[in-house]
Order: sequence, then structure tokens, then C-alpha cells
Amino acid sequence: MASTGEAVVNPAHVGNKKKPPARYWDEPKEEGKDDNKVGKDGKQTGETLPQKHVEKTKKRKKDEVQGDEKNVISGKSDPFPGSAHIPKDRMQKFKRRDKIKKPPRQHYKLKEMMARSDEASEMAEKQAARLDLLLPEDAGFLEGDEDEDTCTISQEDISDAVDITSASKYFNLKLSQFGPYRLDYSRTGRHLLLGGRRGHIACIDWQSKQLKCEINVMESINDVKWLHSEAMYAVAQKKWLYIYDSNGIELHCIRKFNDVLRMQFLPYHFLLATVSATSFLQYLDVSVGKEVAAICTKTGRLDVMCQNPQNAIIHLGHSNGTVSLWSPNQKDALVKMLCHQGAVRSVAVDKTGTYMVTSGMDKKLKVYDIRAFKPLKSYFLPAGASCLSLSQRGLLSAATGDIVQVYRDVCSTPVTKPYMAHRVQRTVWGMHFCPFEDVLGVGHGEGFTSMLIPGAGEPNFDGLDANPYRSAKQRQEWEVKALLEKVQPELISLDPSELGHLDQATFQQRHQDRVQALGFDPLATQKFVPRYKKKGRSSAGSIERRKRQVANEDLREEIQQSAEDKMKIEKERKEREKKDTLLSSKRSALDRFKK
Amino acid sequence: MKVKVLSRNPDDYVRETKLDIQRVPRNYDPSLHPFEVSREYTRALNATKLERVFAKPFLASLDGHRDGVNCMAKHTTNLSTLFSGSCDGEVKVWNLTKHECVRTLQAHEGFVRGMVVRHCGTSFFTVGDDKTIKQWKMEAPAYGEEEEPLNTILGKTVFTGLDHHRKEGVFATCGQQVDVWDEQRSSPIRSFTWGVDSFSAVRFNPVETELLASCASDRSIVLYDMREPAPLKKVIMTMRSNTVCWNPMEAYYFTCSNEDYNLYTYDMRYLDRPITVHMDHVSAVLDVDYSPTGKEFVSASFDKTIRIFPKDGGHSREVYHTKRMQHVICIKWSADNKYILSGSDEMNIRLWKANAAEKLGVLAPRERQATNYNQKLKEKYQHHPQIRRIAHHRHLPRNIYHQTKEQRVMKEARRRKERNVRKHSKPGTVPVVSEKEKHVVTVVK
Repeated sequence: MASTGEAVVNPAHVGNKKKPPARYWDEPKEEGKDDNKVGKDGKQTGETLPQKHVEKTKKRKKDEVQGDEKNVISGKSDPFPGSAHIPKDRMQKFKRRDKIKKPPRQHYKLKEMMARSDEASEMAEKQAARLDLLLPEDAGFLEGDEDEDTCTISQEDISDAVDITSASKYFNLKLSQFGPYRLDYSRTGRHLLLGGRRGHIACIDWQSKQLKCEINVMESINDVKWLHSEAMYAVAQKKWLYIYDSNGIELHCIRKFNDVLRMQFLPYHFLLATVSATSFLQYLDVSVGKEVAAICTKTGRLDVMCQNPQNAIIHLGHSNGTVSLWSPNQKDALVKMLCHQGAVRSVAVDKTGTYMVTSGMDKKLKVYDIRAFKPLKSYFLPAGASCLSLSQRGLLSAATGDIVQVYRDVCSTPVTKPYMAHRVQRTVWGMHFCPFEDVLGVGHGEGFTSMLIPGAGEPNFDGLDANPYRSAKQRQEWEVKALLEKVQPELISLDPSELGHLDQATFQQRHQDRVQALGFDPLATQKFVPRYKKKGRSSAGSIERRKRQVANEDLREEIQQSAEDKMKIEKERKEREKKDTLLSSKRSALDRFKK
Repeated sequence: MKVKVLSRNPDDYVRETKLDIQRVPRNYDPSLHPFEVSREYTRALNATKLERVFAKPFLASLDGHRDGVNCMAKHTTNLSTLFSGSCDGEVKVWNLTKHECVRTLQAHEGFVRGMVVRHCGTSFFTVGDDKTIKQWKMEAPAYGEEEEPLNTILGKTVFTGLDHHRKEGVFATCGQQVDVWDEQRSSPIRSFTWGVDSFSAVRFNPVETELLASCASDRSIVLYDMREPAPLKKVIMTMRSNTVCWNPMEAYYFTCSNEDYNLYTYDMRYLDRPITVHMDHVSAVLDVDYSPTGKEFVSASFDKTIRIFPKDGGHSREVYHTKRMQHVICIKWSADNKYILSGSDEMNIRLWKANAAEKLGVLAPRERQATNYNQKLKEKYQHHPQIRRIAHHRHLPRNIYHQTKEQRVMKEARRRKERNVRKHSKPGTVPVVSEKEKHVVTVVK
């Protein structure tokens, strides 16, 4: 950096000027170059070219900076003037809204307010984008050698290749007595909850391999789920729903929730959503212990369920091949999509709430865009996937029988072979990616397997949201904060940012009421009355002229807009035609038959 | 094979010693923070609720007067000093930080009608029903000395109000006419009359210091220039104005408190219609005072309440009342923009917070940050119905609550009648008269 600064200040015209005094940080190359110039004629032409180029760039830089140079006392100038450039895609990532489109002729105060709010939001975006550069961790990856498939690399190979702590994350728990197992990771990814079909429950701090509690409920277990923190978890047992604390003490038996088969916890709403064999979808508010909603879906036994983490909508898969979307505020489904020809076996939604992956009895794996409700991709899996799970960075794991396959980029590019594959001892029963770790937990008939999947987890967590390294005190503080900003269940809707939009309908209704009450429209545009001007400028003619200047102004704007639109369409059409003619000008083999 | 697996060093995420603060790495990726809007809304709702919980505006009551408090004056250079004059001619000087009276003097016989502190803060003036103007020293007399005015001017008629020039030794009184006095002389240097018999208040403009505004009993507000022999112009309204106050920041605006329960903000240049009509009181408004920032003003009313209005808002943002406070005669907004002082009929001066939920005292930086953040949230979501309902809810004494209702019914009835008249008469014969135009009779120049 120092050397470039020097170069800017003293643009070295090689022949004419004195050389700057040699500095220890300057490499002794230059002298050598000079020698070359004098000595070898043959190479001279070859060397002068790049040097000229260098000179040019120097000159341009000097021109650019000249303005600044005068301001600095020392004569030095900033080699990188202005604020740092932020790549566009990074800005896009943090973009919340477009700039407000300014209607013409608005009030000056409103204009100012809008400009200020635009400015503030832009500054926030920029700062967030800048901070992105400082994130400490990079995501993991796995690359095979030439003609080596990553899916042939075994877990043992990976654990041999990585460091000890990471290698210790690949392990098997042999629990053949009470299996098959379902599992759940806590939101921070530190704690693992295992629930065996035959009543065994274990809470494990899986990184340090410490067993927190282990009990047997002496009943069949359908599903287990952590609640908001690692202090409590819910267990769907044979008949009722139970809540235990991390020491294995039964806190509640909730008799309103019977025959629960699957559960989902909505962390920002403190809602536990359950589906039962009696086709009921129920919501339990775990902060106050009240049932928020009980919806009879009338679709038979429900055992396929997932949540959309972006808008807290529950997705249910049914035996007739449909996937339905539910919110606690509506008695019937928000959306029903026919996804498969057979029954739906598993559903998963990605972290951004954009894609939904489903698998069905028709042995297909389909990817949907759930913002537009459109199918994107369809894959055929020979055995069909019984369990699906999406990781934070978009890896998809699918279990077919006792084989776990992990796919990469299923949503965007057509995939032909898996990214990784692994065979466990017996049929897979439950599967989850661990948040903030490159780990996939698989529960199966013989116990539990923790696999290493490089590139699965989000490398940089947010300390105020889900912090894997939080202390007990931090957890307590977080709990209070989270409870304070618990989102009410009424706010669950397909569009999570709906609350931020302008309620046009209500505004219009209120305006109508106001007009009716007042007997006139207070917001109506007032008739333009030309101002009286002196020195004979308010003659009848000039008044008329001034009136004409503003006459039909709104109409004029509309016309202008529509004309512009028309021009645009016309231009596009012309371009298309041009392209078509270009394409058609290439003679095809059949053209000779044309008359 | 090339492989990298996420492996964090716990030392980078956990504090080194117990004395450190906890490390909190942040990642602002929006996908890690879902429900942004609804969570922010919840925060705003909580902030609004907490604001209502912490709204305890009443600070202290200063008692000691033996008759109703008729007028008050702020010290021009000292925040903690307040002057008050009562209906029995007694003037008291208060120390606001200690909530105690530091000096009492019998200034007049009968009412003390007006008080003002000289711009430099070395002396103050009082006028009373005994037709005198008295100038008093700021310091209390030494032990053994008698309380004597520096200067006494005996006028011809009763004085009802008084104000001092911002920069010079000139003050103005009102009564039968508006007089401008030089401090050195015993007769007025200017005397303005415009066909009326009595004035109730006079105020110097704080920026264009030669300008004056006064309220007359013929329902008019008159503007004067001290340098000219005749008044500038006046606006006649449907009802009488009691007091007038200039906006200290945008000094071409002034607000007058009116007998018709409203306050009107006028632009001095365009008197033909007020800029804003401030409604909410249910009885005559007796006094008004601007905050030093010029963004809000406070009004005192005969209906035993104090209301705070934004300068451009038609309705009050706050109402203060207590069970014991009677008709509020005079009101002042303290010069540090934090307190409001009200003097009422039942001989007490009350000290209120200007911002009901504000925490007094020094705020820790984090506390201040949280307060600012909450303030911004409340502002952002203020139009959402639930938040609006909570933020606007005020408990009112029963009679005021019912009177407000009654007023609303009456207004609606009048409007309905007008609408019906318009509907059944020839188009254009019954024009729509806006609320602002309704109360102005005429402007005279």
C-alpha cells in the first residue's frame, strides 16, 4: 500500500525526472529493469509496452485524485477515495423494500419524510451488507478428487480427514432395545432429544456427549420435540401429550391433546402444533398453557407435517396426495395442493420459506415454489423417500429404507446423483439436520447415527437469537426477551410482512364514512384560483392562460404514463421481431419447399 | 478429497474471564430473523403499554397561597425559580427543586393581575387591581429591611396584563388600552386604542421583538408594532380570546385561548383563517403557554384540566387532571422543556411532567438507547388500531367524559342539520364553511 501511495504522489516519468530515493520497502526490481532496457535491445520492445501501460494508469489515478490532494496538508492522498464498494448481490440480500415511488406534486413535508425514511433504510442495508464481510466463519465443503464422486466418500474417510473435534461428531449410538428412534435438535443445536418407539427418552448434550436425562415412559412414543429452550420438551405418547423438563420430571399431561402423531414447535409464537390420528390439528400456547386453536381437518390420520419457518404456516401431507397449508386463524386449509399420485410420505420447507420438497408413495420427490404454488422439479427415487429434511444451507437429505442420501441444490438445478450417501443399520425413522453444525442426525431401528455433512449448517449464528455458546444467564435473558416479543397467533398468515403494508381497504372505507358524515369530500382537490398579480399581470387573458397551465394535470400525467408504457411495449415488440427475423434468416433444410 | 467441516473454536465465542462481558456475535442475515415485522409490532405494542403504565405526570403541589393563584412568571435566567401572584395581592417566589416558598411579599391590594421578569433577570414587575405597576428587586431584602418596591408607577386605570421586551428596558401593559412603557419614565411612551374598552392580555413577540399581540374584550386579537403610532391589524372572532402566546421558534405563529372551548393558532401574516383549530376542552380555555421547542403548547381550562397539544394537531395528546384541582387559571411550560406548572383556583401550584411517562434523572446509556428505540417504534406503529387505542386512552373525570360526549352529539346534530339544509336548497346557496373559517368574523387592517 505504501508503495502505491508513493507512486501516486510522484508519478515517475522514467526518463525525465529524478528517481525517488530508494526505500527499504521498494523491491530492487526497478534497477534490474533499467539494466535490461539499456542492455538488451531485443527485449526492449517487449518490456516497454507494459511499462507504458503502467504509466497510463498512474496518470489516470493522479487525475482522479487531484481534487483531494489540495485538501491534505501532508500532500498524501487516499488511494481508495470514497466509501468501499458493496457488491450488488450482497446489497440485495439485505434489501427490505424498494424505494418509495414518489407521486408528483406531493406535500413538501411528506416528501421530506419519505426521503428521510428512504435514506435511513438504505443506510441500514448498507451497514448490514458491510458487516457481512466481517463474519468470522466460512461454510464447510466437500470436494472429490478428479473422477471421484463425493457420494462414494464414506463417513469414516471424512472423519479421518477432519480435525478431532469434528471427527467426534460422527458417532453411532447403539440402542437396539427400544427403537426405532425419533429425534429433535434444540434451536441452538447443542442438545439432542431421542425418543424411542418403545418408550425410551434421552436428552443429550451431544457435543460433549453428556447425558442430561434418560427415562422410560413405559408407553409407546410417537414424537418428541424441544420447546423454546433446552429446559423443556414435549412427548407425544400413546394417548396424551406430555411435557417433561430436562431432568425428566413430568410437568404436564395435556389431556386435550390425544393420539398425537407429529409435533412442530413455532419458536417465535411459542406455539406447539400437533396433529393427531383423529385428524385434528391443535395449537398449544406453551407460554400460558392454553389451547389456541383446534381444527378438525377431516382428512383422516395425519402423520406428515412440517412448518414453514418464515411464516409459521403448518404444512400437512395427506394420504390422497395433497399437501394442505394451515394457520390457527382459519378453520379450513389456506391452500390445498395436489402434489403426488399416491399418499404423501414426507414434506419439508426450506429456511427462506421459498421451496417445499415433498415425497410420495409414487416414488417421486418434487420441489415446489410455495410463494407461487408452482412445481419446479420432479425427481424419481427408486425406492421413494420416507423422511425428508432440509438443512440451513439448503441441503436435502432423503431416507429411502436404510439409506440416507443427501442432495445439493435440488431446488435450483436438476440433480442426477446425490452429494453424499450413507447406509445405517436399519430403517430410518427420524432425521434432522443440526442447526449451526455440519451434522445430520438419523434415528433408526438400531439407535442413532450422527453423520458429518460438510456444508450443511449455517456458519455464522446470531448471538441474540440462537446462540449455541450462551451461558445460563444469557439464556435467561434471552427467554425473557423472547417472551416479551412473542408474536400473537392472530398474526400468522401466508405473508409474514402483511402487517407492514398499508391497509387500503380500511382507509377507503373510513374515507367514505367521513365523506358521508361531512356531506363533502375533505380530501377533494380544490379548484385552482389564480393568484392576483400586480402590474397588469392579472388581466383576463393571463388568468385564463395560467388556468390552462394547470388544467387537467392529473389526466395529463396519466396520459403521459400510458404513452410511455405503450412506447416500451412497442420497443420490446420490435426487438423481439428483430430477433425472430435474425433467427428465421438462417435457412433451414425445409425452406426449399416454401414458395 | 478436500473437506472442510464447520468447527468453531469455543474460545472465540465465550468470554475469557468472568469479568469480561459476554461475546455476542451478530449476523444480520434476514433469513435468520424471520417475522421481522410482527416482532417489531409486538415490541411497539409492549412499548406503548409500558408507556401507559409509567405515565405518572403529577410531581408536586406547591401550597402556601391564601387565595387563588391568578398569575405566574418564569425566571428568565434561572430554571428553578417561579413567581406566582394570587387574588389577595400576595406574590410568592418559589424554589422548584426544593418545592418550597423562598419569599413572600404583599405586592398589591386586590388581585395581582400580571407578573413578568425583566429580560436580564435582575428584577420583576407586577401589576395589580390597585392601578399600580411595581418593580421589585430579585433578591430578598436583608434582615431588618422592609420589602419595598424599586419603583412604583401609579396608572389611571386598572391594569390586566403585563409583558416585558426581550432585549430592551421596555414593557407593555394592558387594561383600558395597551401601553408601552420605558422603565425610566413614569408615563407610557406609546398608547394604543382601537375602539375597545378593555384588553385581557398582551405579549411581546420573542423574535420580532418590536411586535405585540393583545386580546381585547370585543372578541378581537390586535397586533401592534411598537415603533408605529397605530395598531397593525386585528382579527375579530366569534368569541372572546383570553390569552395569547407566541410560538418561540416560529414566531409568526401565535396561539390564542378562546372562550368557545377551543384554541386557535394563527399565522400573523394571514389572519383571515387560523392555521389550526385545537379542540378538546369542554369549557373556556383560560391560559396557554408554548414549550421552548415550539412544537407543543399547554393550555389551562375552566373545566379543571390541563391539555397538551401538538402545535399542528387538532386534538390534544395529553390531558392532566386531579381530583382536587379546580379551575386552572394560569399555566407555564418550564424553560428546560421538562415540566409544566399550573396555578389553580384552590390556591395551589402544581408541578407536572411535560412527558407523562418520562423517567426523571440521569439515564444510563443503555437505558437511553432503549428509550429512544421504543420512542421510534411507537412512532412507526402509531397508526395501527390496537396501538392507537392504547396510546390514546385516557381516564377522564366523569363530568368531563360526559360533556365531551355531549359536545360530540351537539356537533354532529349541527352538522346533520346543515347537511340537510344544503341538500334541500338550491345548489351553491349554502356553501361548505370549514371549521377554520367558522370562527373568524372579520379581519380589520
